[in-house]
Amino acid sequence: MPRVLILFAHPAYHRSRANRALVEAVRELEGVTFHDLYEAYPDLMVDVPREQKLLESHDVVVFQHPFYWYSAPALVKEWLDLVLTHGWAYGEGGTALAGKSWLVAITSGGSESSYAAAGGNRWTVGEFLRPFEATAQLCNMRWRPPFVFHQSHLATAVELVDAAARYQARILALQRGE
Amino acid sequence: MDHSFLTQAFVFLAAAVISVLVAQRIGLGSVLGYLVAGALIGPYGLGFVGDPEGVMHAAELGVVIMLFLIGLELEPALLWRMRTAILGLGAAQVLVTGLLFAFVSLRVGIDWRVGLAVGFILSLSSTAIVLQSLREKGLASTDFGRASFAVLLFQDIAVIPMLALFPLLATRAVAESHAGPLSHLPAWAQTLAVAGAIAGVVLVGRVLTRPLFRWIARMHLNEIFTACALALVAGVALLMQSVGLSPALGAFLAGVVLADSEYRHELQSDIEPFRALLLGMFFISVGAGIDFPLVAERPALIAGLVVSLITLKAAALYAVARAFRRPRPEAVLIALALAQGGEFAFVLFGFAEMNGIVPRSVASPLIAAVALSMALTPLLLVLGERVATWLSDSEAREAPTHFPLTETPHAVIAGFGRFGQIVHRVLRASGYSTSILEHSADQVDAVRAFGNKANYGDASRVDLLRAAGAQEAKLLVVAVDDPDKALEIAEIGRRHFPHLKILARAFDRGHVYELMKRNVDAIERETFEGALRLGTAALRALGWRAHQAERAAGLFRRHDERNVRAMFEHWGQGDSAYRSAVNARRALVEDMLARDLATHEVTAPDAAWDTASLDEEVERRARGV
Repeated sequence: MPRVLILFAHPAYHRSRANRALVEAVRELEGVTFHDLYEAYPDLMVDVPREQKLLESHDVVVFQHPFYWYSAPALVKEWLDLVLTHGWAYGEGGTALAGKSWLVAITSGGSESSYAAAGGNRWTVGEFLRPFEATAQLCNMRWRPPFVFHQSHLATAVELVDAAARYQARILALQRGE
Repeated sequence: MDHSFLTQAFVFLAAAVISVLVAQRIGLGSVLGYLVAGALIGPYGLGFVGDPEGVMHAAELGVVIMLFLIGLELEPALLWRMRTAILGLGAAQVLVTGLLFAFVSLRVGIDWRVGLAVGFILSLSSTAIVLQSLREKGLASTDFGRASFAVLLFQDIAVIPMLALFPLLATRAVAESHAGPLSHLPAWAQTLAVAGAIAGVVLVGRVLTRPLFRWIARMHLNEIFTACALALVAGVALLMQSVGLSPALGAFLAGVVLADSEYRHELQSDIEPFRALLLGMFFISVGAGIDFPLVAERPALIAGLVVSLITLKAAALYAVARAFRRPRPEAVLIALALAQGGEFAFVLFGFAEMNGIVPRSVASPLIAAVALSMALTPLLLVLGERVATWLSDSEAREAPTHFPLTETPHAVIAGFGRFGQIVHRVLRASGYSTSILEHSADQVDAVRAFGNKANYGDASRVDLLRAAGAQEAKLLVVAVDDPDKALEIAEIGRRHFPHLKILARAFDRGHVYELMKRNVDAIERETFEGALRLGTAALRALGWRAHQAERAAGLFRRHDERNVRAMFEHWGQGDSAYRSAVNARRALVEDMLARDLATHEVTAPDAAWDTASLDEEVERRARGV
């Protein structure tokens, strides 16, 4: 069974109902390693050897975070800058991540329809996530279609439960190799 | 015995070295060492010293220098803050002790005038011995030290009116008064001269010394600077003596005047060796001056005098200190520290004898008793410390066990000094309520003045922890400044309040391990973060960019924390196992550091942003290799 590593990043987790619902749906699943980045690195001092070791022992890497400014919270960028080193993740001899899956799971304030050429945000979520997709590609990783929880801040209790279930189903599917 | 200068100097210095080393080794402090040395080489001992009085006069400069240095440390503002202690505690002490001795003298059938003079002379304590002992024990800046200093300062001032008033107590006519070179002048002129001399010292100190010192300092003649400072002290002492004031008091005044000058530290360090040596000589001469034949002749009388001097004086001091609301342990310390007679007694007894106030038959045994009581001071201080510790312990046991808690605390903070206060403020600012236990009554009063509610009590007591709300709280923060106490509190907190998360201030590695052994949840070494910040500042000062320095510190913290955790496994498996593990680990860390340094550009902190290997690869590909 593919082992799943969830790299969770939310600087204000205590205020996020949506992410709490998502986290609670997956963190205790068997075969899932849940890694709370802002809890591990409050000073942004990412421990590179530790992170690389974690990556090496998993097959699916999930980045779960809010869709801040059409991207990710600062620590995710810091993590990418530091952990994906030349000669390890990419470039000559950089094969540590080859073949592993990369899934982005985001919570977003905008509606699904707003992420379109005609919508308020003008581009699709997939287009905004291009830098991540390109990174995955450079590391020879398999880019998976992102999981998006739209208008998460307006979600009703029922919608929260629904999103959590969808997220859990997605993770379980990845574990089945789908 | 050859009394040439060199012989004398050798005898004094050698006796001082040997006796002081022995006394320190036994833990009795240098003062007793000097006194014993004096007694050994004095005219009644081995007889190496011919003229202890002559030596004493020279050595009095040591006392003068000491008062000058004390003055240097006391800025006028601080002195002003001490005014209640000086004028209240000090004055009350002299009056009460003086009258008590006078009363006792009256009861044993001595003339009341003689009794009054004796009483006030004996009310004085030894500034030199007490201050030197306090300094050595590091007690000078405690509440007790400051109170003692205030009393001693008032005593020094009180010598002036004593010299002026004693002639009025004369029981028989004397041909000539020796009150001072100005005594032939009318009273108003004497007062004017005294006021003029003080004004002169202040004025010279304020206006003239700075340009003078600046001028000398610019010439870079170190020994002339020292000579000038010594001349200044001696000159002031001389001036004060000439108008009938105590030279020590004059020197003290000069010191205070110069306390806020920019040359203060230079003056201190230049004169300090003279103080120490001359003061030592002074103590030696006191020791040499003890009249052992008289003691041997009438041992019962002298012993009785010493014992009654010390007990009566200590009793009076204790009563006065308590009347001024000093806590009991502090009052005991003050009473025992100041219970001896003072060096001024020698001067004043001589003066009183000359003026026909106190007959020689009374003065001689009293002088011997004063000298012996001075020699007993170090022992009395040790006793005082024992009693004070015992008292504060028993007081802590009697402390109230119910605190008026206005809210249920989230955290109980044990220890409210520099450390606990910051923890408290962070918690408060973040909206949590705290309950504070502090073992020093003074500290409780001090923080209450700023509106903080601290409760007095020993946090290693279960009932006090419970009273402070440990049952309801979530955290126990151990921030006391006593490592052993901290372990005790952590242990008791763990045992009796298992629901509490315990967070502790640690002092060093060993203390960290001890706390880890007690399953403390969070441990922070008290100086670690501060030192790390300063290390970061040092890297920045060496030209590193802020972010790079910050990351270097962060990496160091991570390494060190891991190190502590790793070493904890070895700790407790015996000293040698631990030592070899530490050494192995150290070698490893040093090796790592060395590698980092060797590849200077690729130091760990910025390795992630280092593109050297990528550039190389790109270049190779471009060349088609």
